Amino acid sequence: MCHTPDSQSMREPKVEMTSPDPQADWEDDFSETFEEIPLHVAIWTYLGHALLILFGQIREFLRTVRVEKLKGTVEPAIKGFVPLYQDWSGFAKRNFYRRIQDCWNQPISSVAGPEIDLMERKSDDYNWNLKFTGKTKRVLNFGSYNYLGFAENSGPCVESVAKCSAKYGVGVCASLQEMGYLDLHKELDSVIAEYLGVEAAITLPMGFATNSMNMPSLVEKGCLILSDELNHCSLILGARLSGACIQTFKHNNMKDLEEKLRESIVTGQPKTHKPWRKVLIVVEGVYSMEGSVICLPEVLRLKKKYKAYVYLDEAHSIGAMGPRGKGVVDYFGLDPRDVDVMMGTFTKSFGSCGGYIGGTKELINHLRLHSHASIYSCTMSPPVIQQIISSCRIIMGHDGTDMGKRRISQLKWNLRYFRRRLHEMGLIVYGNKDSPVVPVILCMLSKIGAFGRECLKRGLGTVVVSYPATPILLSRARFCISAMHSKEMLDKAIDIIDEVADLVNIKYSKRKISKYMYTEDDIKLIGFHIDPIRWTGN
Amino acid sequence: MAVIPATWDLYELLQAVVQAPTYHIVFEILLILWIIKLIFFSKSYALEKTVLTTKEKDELIEEWQPEPLVPDIPDTHPVLQALERNIITGRPDKYLNVNGRSCLNMATMNFLGMAGDQTIETEAIKCLRKYGVGSCGPRGFYGTMDVHLVLEDNLAKFMNCEEAILYSYGFATIASAIPAYSKRGDIIFCDEGVCFSIQKGLVASRSFIKFFKHNDMEHLERLLIEQQKEDKKNPKKAKVTRRFLVAEGLYIKHGDICPLPKLVELKWKYKVRIFLEESFSFGVLGKCGRGVTEHFDIPVDEIDLIAASLENSVGSTGGFCCGKKYVIDHQRLSGLGYCFSASLPPMLASAATQALTIMEANSAVLFTSLRENAEKIHDGLLQVEGMKLMGVPISPLKHLQLGEPGGDRDMDTRTLQKIVDEVQTLGVAMTLARYLEKEEHCLPQPSIRIAVSCKLTDTEIKNVIECTKKACQTVLNENSS
Repeated sequence: MCHTPDSQSMREPKVEMTSPDPQADWEDDFSETFEEIPLHVAIWTYLGHALLILFGQIREFLRTVRVEKLKGTVEPAIKGFVPLYQDWSGFAKRNFYRRIQDCWNQPISSVAGPEIDLMERKSDDYNWNLKFTGKTKRVLNFGSYNYLGFAENSGPCVESVAKCSAKYGVGVCASLQEMGYLDLHKELDSVIAEYLGVEAAITLPMGFATNSMNMPSLVEKGCLILSDELNHCSLILGARLSGACIQTFKHNNMKDLEEKLRESIVTGQPKTHKPWRKVLIVVEGVYSMEGSVICLPEVLRLKKKYKAYVYLDEAHSIGAMGPRGKGVVDYFGLDPRDVDVMMGTFTKSFGSCGGYIGGTKELINHLRLHSHASIYSCTMSPPVIQQIISSCRIIMGHDGTDMGKRRISQLKWNLRYFRRRLHEMGLIVYGNKDSPVVPVILCMLSKIGAFGRECLKRGLGTVVVSYPATPILLSRARFCISAMHSKEMLDKAIDIIDEVADLVNIKYSKRKISKYMYTEDDIKLIGFHIDPIRWTGN
Repeated sequence: MAVIPATWDLYELLQAVVQAPTYHIVFEILLILWIIKLIFFSKSYALEKTVLTTKEKDELIEEWQPEPLVPDIPDTHPVLQALERNIITGRPDKYLNVNGRSCLNMATMNFLGMAGDQTIETEAIKCLRKYGVGSCGPRGFYGTMDVHLVLEDNLAKFMNCEEAILYSYGFATIASAIPAYSKRGDIIFCDEGVCFSIQKGLVASRSFIKFFKHNDMEHLERLLIEQQKEDKKNPKKAKVTRRFLVAEGLYIKHGDICPLPKLVELKWKYKVRIFLEESFSFGVLGKCGRGVTEHFDIPVDEIDLIAASLENSVGSTGGFCCGKKYVIDHQRLSGLGYCFSASLPPMLASAATQALTIMEANSAVLFTSLRENAEKIHDGLLQVEGMKLMGVPISPLKHLQLGEPGGDRDMDTRTLQKIVDEVQTLGVAMTLARYLEKEEHCLPQPSIRIAVSCKLTDTEIKNVIECTKKACQTVLNENSS
C-alpha cells in the first residue's frame, strides 16, 4: 500500500519545511493487512449473487403476473404520474436486503455503552414486516462507535451536562452569524483548538454536514480535488457541491497519488489547460470500512513537494489513535500545523455529536464568514457542547485525573488483544494493527445474514456490511472496540465469534500471524494493567 | 393497483429483433462488420502526442503557484466584529444576555418560547440519565433508540401522515430528501425564493431545475405548459421523467406564504409531485401548528412530502420528513443524511417529543397569541419612517428593509447594521438577515430580520416598536446629515 519515499526528494525539499522531517522510520512500525480471499470463496460468492438475482427475477415475474402477492410497502399507481421508483434499487431492496433486513436498524433502549439492551423484533412474513415482541435482550455491543467509552449515563461528564442544560436550556434557534453564538460555543472552539494543537477551530452540529457544507467554501470551479477512492460519502458530496474537478487515486496508494499530482499540475485544467487554482488532497485518518490508516507522513511530504493542500477527515481517528488521543497526526508524531484543514467528528470518541474543523486563524475566519453552516443552520445545542468540553478535558488530563490516559491505554490494549486473537483464529482481518475498527471478511451475502443472527443469538451485537458500502466480493463484519470493554467482555466476544465462525465457515485465512501482529510482550497493558477501568452503567 | 418497475425491457428488445424485416437485419449485420473492420483493421491516424521530459515536468511543477487556500481576512471584518460583540451568555430565552446587557429577543426563531421551557429541560435531563448524550452510531448500526421511534411516531400522528423519518440536522433534511427521489434527467420546478438548503438539495440531485418567479403562479403554469408540449414531442422520454414541484410553506427570505391551494391544483392538472419545506411554518401556521396545509385546510395527503426542521419552533435540533409510507420508507436506504450520519442525540429527541406534547396541549393559546403578536408587530413596524416592511401580517418572520436603498449593497448593509446596534443599546436584540451573497440563487435586498415570539406581552411589543422607530430615526438622520 505505501511506498518508500523517494530518497532524492527527501534530500532536496523545494518548499521551506515548517516542521522537522517526518520520522523516516515510521514505516517500520506501520503494518496493514489485506489478505486476498481464496479463489473458491470468490467463485462461490459470485455464484451466490447470481442465484439470488435469478430467484429475484423469477419472484418479480411472479409478482407481476399476480401469482405471488405483493407484500411490503408498494407504490400505488396514480393515473398520469410517472412512478417514483423505477430503478434497480427497488429490486435489490425487495430481493436482497429484505431477506436479512433484521440485521440492521436494530433499536436499543439503553445507553450505547459496551453492553446494550436490544429491543427484540420478529417477523411473521419473511421479513416484509418486523414487529416488536416487547422483550429486550442484553448483548455485548461491538457495533457502536464508542472508542474511548464516553457513551455513559453517569459520571462527571453527565453531571456537567445536566448542570449546563439547566443553565442554558436545550435549544438555541439561531445561526452563528445571527445571534446564535453563545459563550459556550466560544469556549468549545478554544478547547478544540487547544486539543488539536492548531490556532483556531469552528464547530457544527452535524459531522456529515461539516464536510458537505465547508468544502464548497474552500475550493470551487478551477480547483482540483484529489480524493481517495474509499472516502466517505460526505466528502464526496462536499466535493461535488463545490464544483471543483474531482480525481480519485487508489486507496492509500502514495505512488498513484504522486503520479496523479504530477500529471494534473503539468497538464493543468481539462480542455483549457490553464493552471489549477488550487489542489486539495482529501484523505481520511482511519477508513472505517477497511480499518486502514492513511500514510500521513507521505501525504504531507507530497503536499509540500507539490504545493497542494491537505484536508484530513479524522472522524474515526480523533481520540482513538495516538499516544495522547489526538488522532493520526499524533500517531505519526507529526506537526498538526502541517495539515491545512483538520476535520473530525465528536460522535465517536467524545460520546457527543457534531463536527469540527481546525486550522489557521485565517482559515477559521474564512469559514466563520463563508461556511454554509454559519448562516443557514442553527448552532450546536448546549448539552452537546458541554459533553465535548468535559470529555476533551478528561482526555487531555485537565480534570486532574489520569482517566484520560487510562482510557487511551485501555483502548490500545483492547484492540491489540482482540486483533491478535481474531488473527489466531484464522479469520481474514483487514486493516492496520492500530486501527480501532476491526473488519472481518465474510464474503457471501448469506453468511453476513447468518453471522449477524448467530452472533446475536449468543449475545454479541455486531455490524455487518455489504455492497454497495463494500466491494461486491468483500462483505464483512465490523467490530468497533471500546475502552470500556473489559477483558471478560472481549473474551466472551471472541468465544462467540469462534463458535459462529466455525458454524458459518469463514476461517479463510492462510497466513501465519507472527509477521504482522504484536508479540505476547506487546500485549501487556501499557502502564495501567493494575486497575483497568470498569463500566458501571446500566 | 400496484406498480412493479419494468425489468423486462430485454423481452421487448428480443421481440423487436424477431419481428424486423430481412433487409433490415442484413443491413445491420453489414454495418457491424464494417465497424469491426474500422476498429481492428485500419491504420490509426492519431496526432503525435507531445511528450514532456521529466526535467520539463519538474520545471512546470516548480513554476506553478497555487492561490492561497483562503483569502486573507482581517479580524476587523465587520461580520467578525459583530460576532465578537454579540456573544450571548446564559439561556437564549425571551431575553438574550448580549454582551452583558439583557435585551428582548427579537432575533432567534424561538417562536413558541420552547427554548426556555423548563419541562422540556426536565425531560431532556431525564433522558440524559438513561441514554447519555450521543447515540454513537448511524440509525442502521445501533444508533436507533426507542426515543427516536417514539418521536417519529408522534410526528406522524401529529401531522396526520402515515410515517415520519427523523434526521439529526435541520439543513440536511430537505437537502438529503430531494436527491433521494429526483435524479439526473428528472425535472424540478422550484420557487426562486427558496432557502439555501433547498438550493443545495437541488444541486445534489443533478436534475433539470426550472425556477419560477417567487409566488408567481402564472409563470409556473407557463413553465408547466411548456414542459407539457416538450413531453408530447417525446412521449417515451416523458414516461420515465419524474416531475417535482418544490416550495416552502413560509419563505424565510421573504416572510410570505406559498399559495398552496393553487399549487395543489397545478399538481393534479400537470401531474407533478409536491415537496413542501415547512421549517418555518411547522409550529407556526395553522390552528394547531401543523403548518401550511392546516392553514389552508388542505388534506395533508395531497402533499407528497413535507420536510421540516425541529430547530425553530420546536427548539431542539434535527429535522423530519413525513408523508405516505411508500414515499418516506425510501429515504431509510437512500437519504444520505440519514444513512451515513449519526442519529439525533436521544436527549434532543425527547426534548422535541416534549415540545410536541406542549404544542398539542396548549395549541389554542400558543398559536393564537403568536398570530396576534405577529399582527401587532406588523402594524407597529409599518409606521416606522424611512423603512419598508416585507412579509405577511400573520408571519412571525418579518424583514425590515431601507425605504430608500442607496444602490450599494455594502453601504445599505452598514446602515442596517448601525440600526441593529443602536436598537440593541435600547434593549432590543435584532439581527441582520445574512446570506452567502455569491452563492444564493436569488439574493434579496439587505434587511433586518425580526422574529416574533408568542410569549411577548403588549408592553414589550410597544417597547419594540418604539425602540425600532427611535433607532431608525437616529441612524437615518445621521446618514442624511
